[in-house]
Amino acid sequence: MHHEEPFKDRNVSENSAYYYVDIEAYPETGWDKFKQVVKRTFSGELFVGLWVVLREMIKFDIHTVQYPKEKLPIGPRYRAVHKLLRLWESGYERCIGCGLCEKICISDCIRMDTRIDENSRKEVTEYSINLGRCIFCGYCAEVCPELAIVHGPRYENASEQRAHFVIKDDMLTPLDLLKAGEQAEYPGFGAIIPGSDASVKKTPLAY
Amino acid sequence: MDVAFIIETIVKIVVILLIFSALAGFGTYFERKVLAFMQRRLGPMHVGPYGLLQIAADGIKLFTKEDIVPQNVVKPIFKIAPVITAATAFMAAAAIPFWPQFTVMGYTVHPIVADINVGILYVLGVMAIGLYGPLLGGMASANKWSLISAARSAAIFISYEVITGLSLLAPLMMVGSLSLIDINNYQAGGIGNWIVWSQPVAFILFWIAAFAETGRTPFHLVANDHEIIDGFGTEYSGMRWGLFFIGEYANMFFISFVMAIIFLGGFGDGTIAGAIQLILKVAFFFFFFLWTRAAWPDVRPDQLMWLCWKVLMPIAVLNVIVTGIVMMF
Repeated sequence: MHHEEPFKDRNVSENSAYYYVDIEAYPETGWDKFKQVVKRTFSGELFVGLWVVLREMIKFDIHTVQYPKEKLPIGPRYRAVHKLLRLWESGYERCIGCGLCEKICISDCIRMDTRIDENSRKEVTEYSINLGRCIFCGYCAEVCPELAIVHGPRYENASEQRAHFVIKDDMLTPLDLLKAGEQAEYPGFGAIIPGSDASVKKTPLAY
Repeated sequence: MDVAFIIETIVKIVVILLIFSALAGFGTYFERKVLAFMQRRLGPMHVGPYGLLQIAADGIKLFTKEDIVPQNVVKPIFKIAPVITAATAFMAAAAIPFWPQFTVMGYTVHPIVADINVGILYVLGVMAIGLYGPLLGGMASANKWSLISAARSAAIFISYEVITGLSLLAPLMMVGSLSLIDINNYQAGGIGNWIVWSQPVAFILFWIAAFAETGRTPFHLVANDHEIIDGFGTEYSGMRWGLFFIGEYANMFFISFVMAIIFLGGFGDGTIAGAIQLILKVAFFFFFFLWTRAAWPDVRPDQLMWLCWKVLMPIAVLNVIVTGIVMMF
């Protein structure tokens, strides 16, 4: 049997918020047209319009955001220019040089150089993101096991040189800002969900 | 004709030209601000305090822009069309009394360039010549949008000349003079003597026609941005376009003066209070031009023609007849 997808009216039902707008029948005869004209002329619709705009002018409820001076808050999961974070206590870089972000990056724009330092700790010597290629997908932040590479809130990335955004020292939280407690923790992709401690279960040892 | 009279007249002309060219600039500022407030925006804010120097910025931009005359236009006509609009707008101001007469250092000044006995006829006639600005500019532009706009402006201006003429006929029958000063003095007795009370229909008709004559929003179809770009102004740039602009805004001010003087008592008995009242009335009419632009939709050309010939003109004729019958008995 032929089944027809109900494309029409599928959102219109008793409970839905959608409804049909009442549209008056078009006037057929000359007398109907005349009645419509008289109704529209004397129902004061024009004055309703005048009143509405005057009311808004008197209320002076201005919605303009004067952008360079004022900024709207952006969502916590907004994916803007990257940041490299530091550990709160020691001030070391969080990045352990595992290379997962380099690996997962679908536009292949992350590049890092590492070496083993004197303390046998892996040190990241170079870390760069080609922002001309980056599509801000957020995979690097999501895959990072240390929450080291994150998307910061800085969305104004106009510059004379794209390279200005990808210098490691610019992305890394400066030490003085860290000591002042100004490093913002990142709530977006890859961050720990609030209250996730409660959902941690012990690994079962006995089978 | 003595030298003092010639010097006085020239000074008056220069003062009127300067004041109303500047007012055209301030008019754009007020228009932007009022429209913005009505749409919950702030309008110009960055150039100067509260955007006040935006006028200067616009002026500098218009004066320093390259004057482009496109290749296929009819050059002499294309070049002279904006001048016609601006010149006729200011010529119309010659017979308008902007202020009651006052005395400065023992010298009585009449703030009217020429108190001719056919004042209002002259004003309407010269404003009607203003039609040739959009018409010639649009036809010479070698641009289809401009051509449509030229056709529309010819149709609208000529049609609504009928309404302005017929609606003014009834008040003029009552006053018995075409001079705007005589019309003003007829209403000098106070608010009860205003012609708007005895001729409300003529007032409404003339007000509607004023929107068509100045091409303001409900009847803005000579230069509707969303359908014919800027109409006759599409191919113009720099100060040539600026002349169209000054002409439009000067026309708005002058027609506001005419409405205030003919229907709302003008400057009354000629005291300072009356003069300030005249300014307030003109300010209200100008504000109303901006107000309707925020509130009302545009009409189609055919609707406009229908409104003119099938509604307004019969009402205007009836108004004249009824006024004549009432005056006769």
